[in-house]
Amino acid sequence: MTARAGERAPGRRRNLPRSISLHTIVLVLGSFVVVPLLFALIGGFKDTGQLSTNPFGLPSPWVPENYTDVLFSGSFWRQIVNSVFIALATTLIVVGLSAMAAYVFARFAFRGRELLYTLFAMGLMFPFAVAILPLFVLLRILGLLDNPFGVILPQAAFGLPMTIIILRAFFRTIPREVEEAATIDGCTPFGFFWRILLPMARPALATVSVLAIVASWNNFFLPLVIFNDPNWWTVPLGVQQFYGQYAAQTAKILAYVVLAMVPALAFYAVAERQLIGGLTAGATKG
Amino acid sequence: MTRPALTDRPPAAPDPPRRAGRASGPSRRRRRLGVLVTITLFVLPALVLFTLLVLAPIALAAYTSLFKWNGLGGLPQNWIGLDNYTRMFADEVFLGDLRRGGLLIVLSLVIQLPLSLGLAMLLNQKMRGRAFYRLVFFAPYVLSEVITGVLFTMILSPEAGLANQILGTVGLSGLQSSWLAEPDTVMMSLFLVMTWKYFGFHMILYLAGRQGIPKELGEAAAIDGAGPWKQFRHVTLPLLGPTIRISVFLSVIGAIQLFDLVWVLTAGGPIHSSETMAVTMFQFGFKRSQIGYASAISVVMFLISLIFALAYQRFVMRRDTQGAITTMGDQR
Repeated sequence: MTARAGERAPGRRRNLPRSISLHTIVLVLGSFVVVPLLFALIGGFKDTGQLSTNPFGLPSPWVPENYTDVLFSGSFWRQIVNSVFIALATTLIVVGLSAMAAYVFARFAFRGRELLYTLFAMGLMFPFAVAILPLFVLLRILGLLDNPFGVILPQAAFGLPMTIIILRAFFRTIPREVEEAATIDGCTPFGFFWRILLPMARPALATVSVLAIVASWNNFFLPLVIFNDPNWWTVPLGVQQFYGQYAAQTAKILAYVVLAMVPALAFYAVAERQLIGGLTAGATKG
Repeated sequence: MTRPALTDRPPAAPDPPRRAGRASGPSRRRRRLGVLVTITLFVLPALVLFTLLVLAPIALAAYTSLFKWNGLGGLPQNWIGLDNYTRMFADEVFLGDLRRGGLLIVLSLVIQLPLSLGLAMLLNQKMRGRAFYRLVFFAPYVLSEVITGVLFTMILSPEAGLANQILGTVGLSGLQSSWLAEPDTVMMSLFLVMTWKYFGFHMILYLAGRQGIPKELGEAAAIDGAGPWKQFRHVTLPLLGPTIRISVFLSVIGAIQLFDLVWVLTAGGPIHSSETMAVTMFQFGFKRSQIGYASAISVVMFLISLIFALAYQRFVMRRDTQGAITTMGDQR
């Protein structure tokens, strides 16, 4: 520790110009990311006239109505509730089914296991967009249009490959001795799965759940084709619809967009570790 | 990141038959039956869901692509063989989709990925606020494509959009443009938005890959007289190979199925100049009720992804994908 600090001090002084240029590059790119977001946040407090006459400054006067109108509209909250419900149900199903399958793939030896596992893993290569049209035809036959399960079940199905892959890798790391001890104590395979494996796998379950929630929250294509009924619209559909309805009133749309971002960003702030850990480990399909 | 886990045998898997062998005959059989029941009960739900909603739709698309069908009534009746496919490959819009998809892939690989890689190398240095920058760069990835799309429609709008306002203010009004409404600039604008949305994701991948490289290797190279560039070129870059290959793979697959952003930003316009395969498929399938033709487009998208994925796995990634896809990083 002391040796490293001793090395670093002279290095730091020598690198001052380098450090400044480093910060400059990062700041420029950072503003590329942040300026659009700030523009939306501040723009939401202006009216449309101010946006063209005073694009960069602070609003004068501040117009909070754009935000409050949205916050007091029932449809916005309705969409949030729908999105939350669909995300939670999707996550519950995909994580539950994947955990069960991954348990078998990780800890039982049987003929055809690798083949079956490869079948699931291949699902990673199937882009969602490919299946959307036949899925629509199929869900129409099953009577699941304008039904939340028409979105939940396909989302869960397409989430299976990634979730199974991550969970199986984790389940394998749990030592065999744990299972043997449980069996000696009279645990059935199900008892071991439920009372020992799942609690031990909590970090992995958190990771895959976060991934499933974010994927569901942001999904647009499937809800777009499944939900005609505005009562079932999710947040992305609501944003698109609002944009279509108020196309000329930029400030209003900016306010809506900002409010629609808040849940995702708040969730990101809370679950950043699981999200980034899961994405870098699982390298999702997108 | 290094241990492949997709194909090797599980070291921890118990071997029930052998253990059961010590028990007497009937109990042993009951035991094996129990294991069989457990396996079935645990895998079946996932398998049913996966078969019904992932595999069956793809098979269904292959079937309906052989018909002229408006999607109404029971099953399609009007068998036309491969006509939908010959029509597709004579269609300027579809051929344009392929060209535009190729353009987006090239731009991603040549501009977006190097940018992400460079940034990851910068953020790997000791600097103040590193964690904060990381948080900021990744934030757009968390936002939905629709929100991103609507936001950038406002920013790139020809009248009061932020982009033109900034250009006007800094005296570059010659560069002002209608961005998304102009066939010449629409693809560049689309790529700009894609970069905004996705470069942070790739950066995070590279950063994780970089942090998986032991410090000693760089130090050893430094002792051997390698400067920072040589260290990067001959130590870091080769060892980042698996991460780079994964990142390229995801970029390509993402470009093949790109829909949400395009649909919100331009809906494929003006005059098809930003249309992608998925948008064309959506137009025919959901707007014009030509389900047969749209299914054929789905099938071609599927085949392109599948052939690309298999070839890429076979020739480029070989075994290292499996490590990158399956191991749990620091939680392993």
